[in-house]
Amino acid sequence: MSSATAGAAGTSSPAVELRDIRFAYKGGRDVIDLPALTIGQGERCFLHGPSGSGKTTLLGLLAGVLVPRTGTVRVLGTTLSGLTSGARDRFRAEHLGYVFQMFNLIPYLSVRENITLPCRLSPARRARLKGADVGAEAAHLAERLEIAELLDKPVTALSVGQQQRVGVARALIGAPGLVVCDEPTSALDSDRRDRFLELLFARCEEAGSALVFVSHDLSLAARFQRTVELPELNKAAVREMVG
Amino acid sequence: MFLLSLAWRSLGNRRLISLLTAASIALSVALLVGIEHVRMGVRESFAGTIRGTDLIVGARGGTTQVLLSTVFGMSVPNGSVSWATYERWAAHPAVKWTIPYALGDAHRGHRVIGTTAAFFEHYRFRDQSVTFASGKAPANDREIAIGSDVAERLGYSVGSKVTLAHGLGAVSFAEHEAHPFTVSGVIARTFTPIDRALYSTLDGLTAMHDDEATSGGLMMGPPPVARAPGEQPPITAFLLGTKNRFETLQLQREMNEDKLEPLTAIIPGLALQQLWQTIGSAEVGLRVVALFTVLVGLIGMVVALYASLESRRREMAILRAVGAGPRLIVSLLVLESGLLALVGATAGVALVYAGIAAARSAVEARFGLALTLHPLGSAEWAYLALVVSAGTLVGVLPAWRAYRSSLADGLSPKL
Ligand SMILES: Nc1ncnc2c1ncn2[C@@H]1O[C@H](COP(=O)(O)OP(=O)(O)O)[C@@H](O)[C@H]1O
Ligand SMILES: [Mg+2]
Repeated sequence: MSSATAGAAGTSSPAVELRDIRFAYKGGRDVIDLPALTIGQGERCFLHGPSGSGKTTLLGLLAGVLVPRTGTVRVLGTTLSGLTSGARDRFRAEHLGYVFQMFNLIPYLSVRENITLPCRLSPARRARLKGADVGAEAAHLAERLEIAELLDKPVTALSVGQQQRVGVARALIGAPGLVVCDEPTSALDSDRRDRFLELLFARCEEAGSALVFVSHDLSLAARFQRTVELPELNKAAVREMVG
Repeated sequence: MFLLSLAWRSLGNRRLISLLTAASIALSVALLVGIEHVRMGVRESFAGTIRGTDLIVGARGGTTQVLLSTVFGMSVPNGSVSWATYERWAAHPAVKWTIPYALGDAHRGHRVIGTTAAFFEHYRFRDQSVTFASGKAPANDREIAIGSDVAERLGYSVGSKVTLAHGLGAVSFAEHEAHPFTVSGVIARTFTPIDRALYSTLDGLTAMHDDEATSGGLMMGPPPVARAPGEQPPITAFLLGTKNRFETLQLQREMNEDKLEPLTAIIPGLALQQLWQTIGSAEVGLRVVALFTVLVGLIGMVVALYASLESRRREMAILRAVGAGPRLIVSLLVLESGLLALVGATAGVALVYAGIAAARSAVEARFGLALTLHPLGSAEWAYLALVVSAGTLVGVLPAWRAYRSSLADGLSPKL
């Protein structure tokens, strides 16, 4: 087993631990300048900020797709900035769930195949399914997310709300320690949005996953245990707004 | 395996473009492999122009000259071979049979050859002997057999009267009015130069010149050789078969060193091969053209893959989010182009085989070209391997681009 797995097994370490993060896209100025942020295990955290404040960028850092210029990113006890890019990819496949704002699905795979994708890419994640095989786990999640009847449909036949639920099922298969959602409800109307959040919370609780939920819609904040205002933390964003 | 199915279904998702791309590769591969097949067929039938003859013997001169003037009815013979010399070699213990060839006259652009019944008995092309579509071989000096092209072009059939001209040109100044021939037979189509020639007896050719001499006709071509009455006139060349194939080289050497009359003896198979090497260089050009079309097909594929990348940035971001590294993304795209090339190349070969199966009998009847449905040869395998590996290799270009943009995009592709 890799050091990534060993670190993640530690129960005491927080889900997310950021220290002195600075990040700039290639050739640009700093987008993120964040002294400290900690999110506990199993915690449901709402990350709020206006458009362009660096929310998606921050999630990219958490997922290990982006690497900070300086500082350390620890996820589930593993220091991502210390890993090779291949090891970061493996870590993400094994321990992370990611839900996009929209277009969560690979168009040429069925709903079932989209849900099981992380298990196909990561043997470690597949091995974590307790007893159940990948198909049964996908069916179970689909049922809990009320999309069981869609499992063998092509993804192009799905509504946006259904697509987002399939995205959640994929993020949660194999019970990852951290689930990251990037404005997953922005394309849903308010009824669907509430039901979506309910289902998402229930599944995260079931899996014991910490949830980092990003949105510019502050009305959602009340449903979370904790709300973080990104512009308050992110000095780069403040500078941008002032200057 | 998972990656393979991913690549396959990704291609299926862009079905029309994938099909068009594979089709363009298939067509170019079909061209390449088809040319190879036709080339082999042409070479086979060229090599089959004359078979079973061990040596062709003419007056001392160029090897190609002897081959062209006797077998192909082209060019001018080196000179003549005296009847005595011919008889001397025909009686050689190693010689089994001979066919005398007396060449030099023409009829409306078609060569007239004076020969004997031995020609119809021993001459072989593609392992077949000369047979008649109608009629029979000339039996006397007033009869003549004609090739199928001659019959077709000049509208002759058995019983037609033929008046010969002297010299090889199409325009005849001196028609041998005095000695008209009657067509005794039309030779079945051979798809060799035989189809374009006329065959009289040796006596027929002699009688024609004797009659003309007495009637004071105009003479073109080589001056008549002074000879005693009743003596056989010289011939142009003769073909021979040996009793024992292994004696051919020895016999060839002896003939080339003939002290009484300078001769050139050639082995037709070797001479054909040499000739093919000279005229066959056109095939290299064809092959280069076919290779270029394959290149164009591959470039088309790269363009199609490049064009698809823009709309696939979201897909790449999703793959990255579920843990796919850049290596997987590169592999996916390389696999896609490799699959396209493989499908295209396979379809191209299938196309050639289907085409040959459908057209071979028609082609054989029309052109005498025997296209064979042999299993994939090393050349075909080499082409397939070349196309598939080139296809996979060029797939690296769009893959590299996808890799770069997936790194730059992270999880938020700009759409
Ligand atoms: N791939 C990228 N390359 C360069 N700049 C980017 C890229 N993605 C985002 N940015 C810039 O980084 C800043 C933060 O963007 P983002 O994290 O997407 O904000 P948010 O998700 O809060 O709307 C913006 O100024 C944006 O233009
Ligand atoms: Mg964003």
